[in-house]
Amino acid sequence: MILVNRKGEVWVFAEQHEGKLEDIGLELLGRARALADNLGVKAAAVLIGDEVKALAEKLCHYGADKVYVLEHPLLEHYQANSYSRVIYDLVHKYEPQIMIYGATPCGRDLAPRVASATKAGLTADCTDLQIGDHENKDVVHKNLLLQIRPAFGGNIIATIINYDRWPQMATVREGVIPMPEPITSRKHEIIVEKIHVTHDDLPLEILSEHKRKKKVDLKASRIVVSGGAGVGSKENFRLIWDLANALGAAPGATRAAVDLGFVDRDHQVGQTGTTVRPSLYIAVGISGAIQHQAGMSDSQKIIAINKDPEAPIFDIAHYKIVGDLNEVVPKMIKAIKTRV
Amino acid sequence: MAYNCVVPIKQVPDTKRITGDAMNDDGTVNRGALPAIFNPEDLNALELALQIRDKFGGKVTAITMGLPAASAILRESLYRGADDAILITDKRCAASDTLATSYILNCAIKKLDYDLVLCGRQAIDGDTAQVGPQLAEKLSVPQITYVEELISLENRSIVAKRNIGSGWQEVKCKLPVLLTVIGEANEPRVSVARRLMKYKKARSPIEIEMQVKQDNPNAQDSELKQLAKRKINELEEKGLLIKQWDLDFLGADLQWCGRDGSPTKVHRIQSVILTARESKTVEPTEQGVADMIHELIRDKTIS
Repeated sequence: MILVNRKGEVWVFAEQHEGKLEDIGLELLGRARALADNLGVKAAAVLIGDEVKALAEKLCHYGADKVYVLEHPLLEHYQANSYSRVIYDLVHKYEPQIMIYGATPCGRDLAPRVASATKAGLTADCTDLQIGDHENKDVVHKNLLLQIRPAFGGNIIATIINYDRWPQMATVREGVIPMPEPITSRKHEIIVEKIHVTHDDLPLEILSEHKRKKKVDLKASRIVVSGGAGVGSKENFRLIWDLANALGAAPGATRAAVDLGFVDRDHQVGQTGTTVRPSLYIAVGISGAIQHQAGMSDSQKIIAINKDPEAPIFDIAHYKIVGDLNEVVPKMIKAIKTRV
Repeated sequence: MAYNCVVPIKQVPDTKRITGDAMNDDGTVNRGALPAIFNPEDLNALELALQIRDKFGGKVTAITMGLPAASAILRESLYRGADDAILITDKRCAASDTLATSYILNCAIKKLDYDLVLCGRQAIDGDTAQVGPQLAEKLSVPQITYVEELISLENRSIVAKRNIGSGWQEVKCKLPVLLTVIGEANEPRVSVARRLMKYKKARSPIEIEMQVKQDNPNAQDSELKQLAKRKINELEEKGLLIKQWDLDFLGADLQWCGRDGSPTKVHRIQSVILTARESKTVEPTEQGVADMIHELIRDKTIS
């Protein structure tokens, strides 16, 4: 257990797979940089794998003052046991005040195991992190990590803190923090840690690993066209594909549309799907449940098409079209194609 | 070869049916104001455990930490086929975060003879997916998270397929192990009518005490105790008593339980307020739609 200290650094778990850094670690470094500057301490990345030292410099470009490199042949493939053990040792050696992870399948497997071993607090799936004070019965705890997340099915936004045991840990959703601009001139320090790993740290045997080709890259698209339950059927979802094709956009969907089998889960936008922030988001036949809005409300422009004028999606839309999507969408396609 | 499975389950508010009174002033959830359901992915974990039991033999124990009302999901587990049901209920469990919860569950599960612990990946009220891995660490067993298929179980060794977002992995591990199971893993069986008829009378001791008190509003405490005791013994003889454990029975160290054992605290709760935006109403006509598209082309939103 690590007690509260004010000198501790701000750490980011820099996720890498097969020698390639995941974007989430770079996104988090941008925020860690800001948090560390606010606290007047250093920001550091924790990089784990086999022969991964070459990746350290890039982490510095994205905001790390320091990179702790934990290399070992047995750490080539991620496992919760081995990675949590070496992080546990590192945390106890340097006593960081904050440690953040991506809320990826890997981060959500790893962080709770570390939290349990260190007996530290952990908040899942944050959408924002800030520094602020907390007052509790006349005691003011200054400069805590405010861990902000939707809770209760997205109906509320909770800010969570931990003031009596550190490190303050959180996992953060992918795509909610803008990617920082790299600065190649930043002064930095790369620290290769001596570590000891044995086969006892590797209870799992990874028999095989298969990539499932993502059918759509929602995050990278400038325009997203999403359909909801209001589209009515899988056949009718063709309209969404047609509109997306006309715009060079990615087709998205609400959870309801996915659950109804209109489209594959890869397309799901929202709290339990992908978070997007495109230049243009077109919501077709989507009522606008909070859970869906959580994944798209930061879009620069939103067009909503719904026949119910009371649909909550209209509260956040820039262009409101009350009408039958079966008529409106073909008109949009026509206007785009003819540009007249 | 038989395998014993323990399935930690949670009663959760149905977050799809939120009403205005759902939150207390201090930011905690007013569970009384919401319909309470069996956490969906815990049903998938229970189903997988039942499949293992049906194929290999052994015993399935459902266990929950919660208010007396959580006995309902233990009964539901019995309807579906669980062999045993345990309620951990204690006022000192209140305000436990995921770390304290995993500590308390770990104290209870250590009292059981288990080969596999099967959790749902996450509960729909918090969506944290933390308790499974935290519990695995406390039990000092490996974890296989996001299990979508059990491929084999032989010679005290499991092969499972786990969904890792970008694809899937097949992993092998020696028992004991903790799995977290995702919704895609299976289709949970429904209650068996015969078992429903039998176990709908199953009760936890605290439920019996509450019922006896309600039925005898004018009785003395000593009398109530006796009535409850008689009823508890009756149910036990019929195999209809849900086991009930408290923190003393678990030998739990109170510094790791409840509010004291929970490092995470609520700083603030805000209702989601939708920000009003400058918006235009577009007529659903050919002209209206075309004007909008042109505007978006002009400001380079559409290229």
